[in-house]
Amino acid sequence: MNDKLYKVILFIAALIVPIVCGGVVYALVTDAYDAFEHFGFFKFLTSSEWSYTEGAEQYGALPFITGTLTTTLLALVFCIPFSLPVALFVGEYFKGTRIAAVLSTVTDLLAGIPSIIYGLWGFYTLRPIIMALNISPQGSGILTASLVLAIMIIPYAASLSAEFIKMVPNDLKEGAYSLGATRAEVIGKVVFPVAGSGIFSSYVLAIGRALGETMTVTMLIGNTNNIPDSITSTGNSMASIIANQFGEADGLRLSSLIAIGLVLFLITAAINMVGKIMIKRARIS
Amino acid sequence: MESVKPILEFKKTCVSYTKQTMAVKYVSAAIERNTITAIMGPSGCGKSTLLRAVNLMHNLYQNIRVDGEILLNGENILSMEPIDVRRRVGMVFQRPAPFPTMSIYDNVLSGFELNGIKLSKAERDATVERCLRSVALWDEVKDVLNKKGTFLSGGQQQRLCIARALAMKPDVLLMDEPTSALDPIATKHIEELLLELQKEVTILIVTHNMGQAKRISSKSMFMYLGELVEYGDTETMFTNPVDERTKAYLTGKMG
Repeated sequence: MNDKLYKVILFIAALIVPIVCGGVVYALVTDAYDAFEHFGFFKFLTSSEWSYTEGAEQYGALPFITGTLTTTLLALVFCIPFSLPVALFVGEYFKGTRIAAVLSTVTDLLAGIPSIIYGLWGFYTLRPIIMALNISPQGSGILTASLVLAIMIIPYAASLSAEFIKMVPNDLKEGAYSLGATRAEVIGKVVFPVAGSGIFSSYVLAIGRALGETMTVTMLIGNTNNIPDSITSTGNSMASIIANQFGEADGLRLSSLIAIGLVLFLITAAINMVGKIMIKRARIS
Repeated sequence: MESVKPILEFKKTCVSYTKQTMAVKYVSAAIERNTITAIMGPSGCGKSTLLRAVNLMHNLYQNIRVDGEILLNGENILSMEPIDVRRRVGMVFQRPAPFPTMSIYDNVLSGFELNGIKLSKAERDATVERCLRSVALWDEVKDVLNKKGTFLSGGQQQRLCIARALAMKPDVLLMDEPTSALDPIATKHIEELLLELQKEVTILIVTHNMGQAKRISSKSMFMYLGELVEYGDTETMFTNPVDERTKAYLTGKMG
């Protein structure tokens, strides 16, 4: 009797999660419907107009999609030369030593810093540097946001990659050494190829983090609603436009913001799914 | 037995993992060219440790000390570059471990690839065929050379690993219980193969299997607690061991 009750409670509790998730999707779709109906789904995605003059409202998601994708891609590029060495250091060179434990703890700490702190640091430390170096006059923009995003995703990419590097069997490494390979050759020709799909998937998951990051980006990207013409110019991201305008928006504009939210959700979900599937594959082989 | 100069010679070789304990204690022995020498002894006696000292595997790990001398053609390995030593001293491990991302063809050539040595297409083809033939794998795999090495059976994988080591034309081939993960038929194949291979390479094999030592080796070492207790002709050792401990091990009273 007790056992049955326990089962029912467990079942209900477990069911709430998918119900909430379904509810979120349902709300997004119904609220975004107006915008898609008014502008057309593909037109909405490919239009770069964002004007809320009454009577001539025009909303398109392209500038924000572009902003999100470029900041994410650049963050990925900037993050690799730092996260990969950390992963190698922790997972191979100093595997199992105290120094590796310290480094991986410190790297993981980066993940615990609230994004508002990253935003402040970017705004008051990095932005003046960008201006002083004459990279861009206003300091904020795609580049600045990407650099800080890169730091934010390092711990995700590094610790997961390190796990996959650690998993490369010692038999294979010793086999390669016994053939006269140097450490660099073992890493380049055995460790990386064997851990490759796992490392790739950790970067996919890191991208998932960068896509939805809001606070830091909104503080640093410049918040101009047009397609950026270079990486030093200002722009806006999908998460950032929503955060900036949801309070004052209503009607078609609110529906357009929610539509952007839906698109962001779909992109993030797809990326995360790909990453998880790849991790599963990498673990099996 | 005419060869005057041994190809490999241990001189008071010691290996220690910690300051207090020695895993291998003052081993001295001369290995003759083109022979199979079996290293036997109970678990933890230091036989694998001694074997791994020969291609400087211990250099990969901190805190492991190797003292004394190990001479390869009269030259002390311990003062040579690990990479040069390992190219001349091949090794086959307990568990077959072909590189999973490489094809059978590339696995055979992996020694060249790992060392950055470029070969022409003809040289590559010839090396692959020669090595796979010498491990009696050619006929079985010649049509699937582009498949992954891990697609083969355990015994075939181990032969592929031997081929991979042979491709570098080593002087000495170290084998650390190469058949312990294999079934009896695959084991028999490998044993027959080793008897053939001793014509081209000197083999040092660690084995738990006394029958195997008896079947394939001409010389045997018996190690106990890190010491080389007895070293001599395999036949003599099995029929008339000098040391009581050897006798106890070979008759199954200790193991």
